[in-house]
Amino acid sequence: MESTSTETGTMIYRSLEWFGDLGSFSWKVIRAALTRPFELREIIRQFDEIGSKSLPLVALAGAAVGTVLALETRSSLVRFGAKSMLPSAILFSIVHEMGPVITGLVVSGRVGAGIGAELGSMKVTEQIDAIEASAVNPYKLLAVTRVLACIVVLPLLTLVADACGIFSGWVAETLADPISLLRFLDKGLTGVHFSDFLAPTLRTSFFGLIIGLVSCFQGMRTRGGTEGVGRSATSSVVLSSLFVILADVILVKLIIIFFP
Amino acid sequence: MKQFTAEANLENNQTVNIPGEPALVLRDVHKSFGTQHVLDGINLTVVRGETLAVLGRSGTGKSVLLKLIIGLQNPDGGSICIQGQESSGLGLNEMNRLRIKMGVLFQHAALYDSLTVEENVAFPLARHTKMSQSERSERVKELLRSVGMEQDLNKMPSDISGGMQKRVGLARALALQPEILLLDEPTAGLDPITSSEIDNLVLKLQKEHDLTSVVVTHDLQSARIIADRLALLDKGKVAMEGSFEELAESKDDFVREFFKRDS
Repeated sequence: MESTSTETGTMIYRSLEWFGDLGSFSWKVIRAALTRPFELREIIRQFDEIGSKSLPLVALAGAAVGTVLALETRSSLVRFGAKSMLPSAILFSIVHEMGPVITGLVVSGRVGAGIGAELGSMKVTEQIDAIEASAVNPYKLLAVTRVLACIVVLPLLTLVADACGIFSGWVAETLADPISLLRFLDKGLTGVHFSDFLAPTLRTSFFGLIIGLVSCFQGMRTRGGTEGVGRSATSSVVLSSLFVILADVILVKLIIIFFP
Repeated sequence: MKQFTAEANLENNQTVNIPGEPALVLRDVHKSFGTQHVLDGINLTVVRGETLAVLGRSGTGKSVLLKLIIGLQNPDGGSICIQGQESSGLGLNEMNRLRIKMGVLFQHAALYDSLTVEENVAFPLARHTKMSQSERSERVKELLRSVGMEQDLNKMPSDISGGMQKRVGLARALALQPEILLLDEPTAGLDPITSSEIDNLVLKLQKEHDLTSVVVTHDLQSARIIADRLALLDKGKVAMEGSFEELAESKDDFVREFFKRDS
């Protein structure tokens, strides 16, 4: 009993310590982001690494979600005699929730692991020390560039996931009950406002901030050789996915309050 | 050059007079990690143009000492004075101005593995000089020529051997023409012939660039070749300091044990 309470105490202490360290790391990243010189070349390279290279996976995930959604929703709506609502249901579900969340989770898996492993490897091979010894701020060169790329790229990738999801939803629907794409979109967009699309898409920037910060933090605090690099890659994915899901719950509530 | 006398205070309060202007002075430096006291009152002075080899058993804090000098870690106590300027308590910009005066060769070279050999050496030049692309390229070629790596400009670090990585690391460390060179185990993990080549290269570069150097090493042969003076660390303190011959002839049990292994 006593050992259980000691373990719980240690776990709480470590969690608080982790959040404290993350806060301190975030402060260093913010300070580095606001001072010159801005690492534009590295930021562009990260746009490519994080954005372009995640594109196929995000597009595929979006398409898969759209197809499954069309197939699943169709049978339910037919049962309740609301088949005509199918385009709206698909569009609304993808744009509002599925597109942003799937993009956040896919990117936290691909990019989170990549950043955690890359920075972890740089840490254990003293490359980060070498950057600092060269009088270059590693927070600016390594963390700011990746976090910024994640923030900018996530909404763009979400647009791709949304488009692929809607298109594959139409394909799935038209195979069962032929309908033109224009008619499908026209029916789907009835009653959908710009704010329905804007706020959910922009909330993925916050997912990007979470993925970038958590992954860079886990990578740059790596200890213990190759085993440590593996741990950093895994923990980057697990923690950033967890925080993306938690943030989604909070942001959905806030969006409902501020964009009713 | 004007000659000064630097004083190195050893553990038992004996004072060694070292002729020359001090480039690097460590006074009563302490560093602990948790309950482990790695450095427990280190006093060292390196005069301008001198090479000091820091020896000691594994885990005696030799690499930590270098990290304290370059400002990658902060000492728990004591002071570090680089070219007459106190380094502890400096802001990032001031510390970076000091760091530019120092070149570091890390234990495993620590080349950036996403950059080519050329880009690795150009890295500090691109960030701290206003050289044009062609000037920078010329300077990189000159540096790589001086370490015998001019043929491998476009190779990635993973495509070259450990000895070649050390050479490129040396070229990168010298890119900004530092006054102080810090070498962490320059011959570790290398075969005897490559180690000897690296020693001769370090010696040549020290003379060419008139460098003050601190070399952390386990390798007594390497220390004998490249260092003017040796400092042997034990239990977080400087156990003995002097020339290779002075240490080799010491009657101190620890020093004799350390030298016996290599004789």
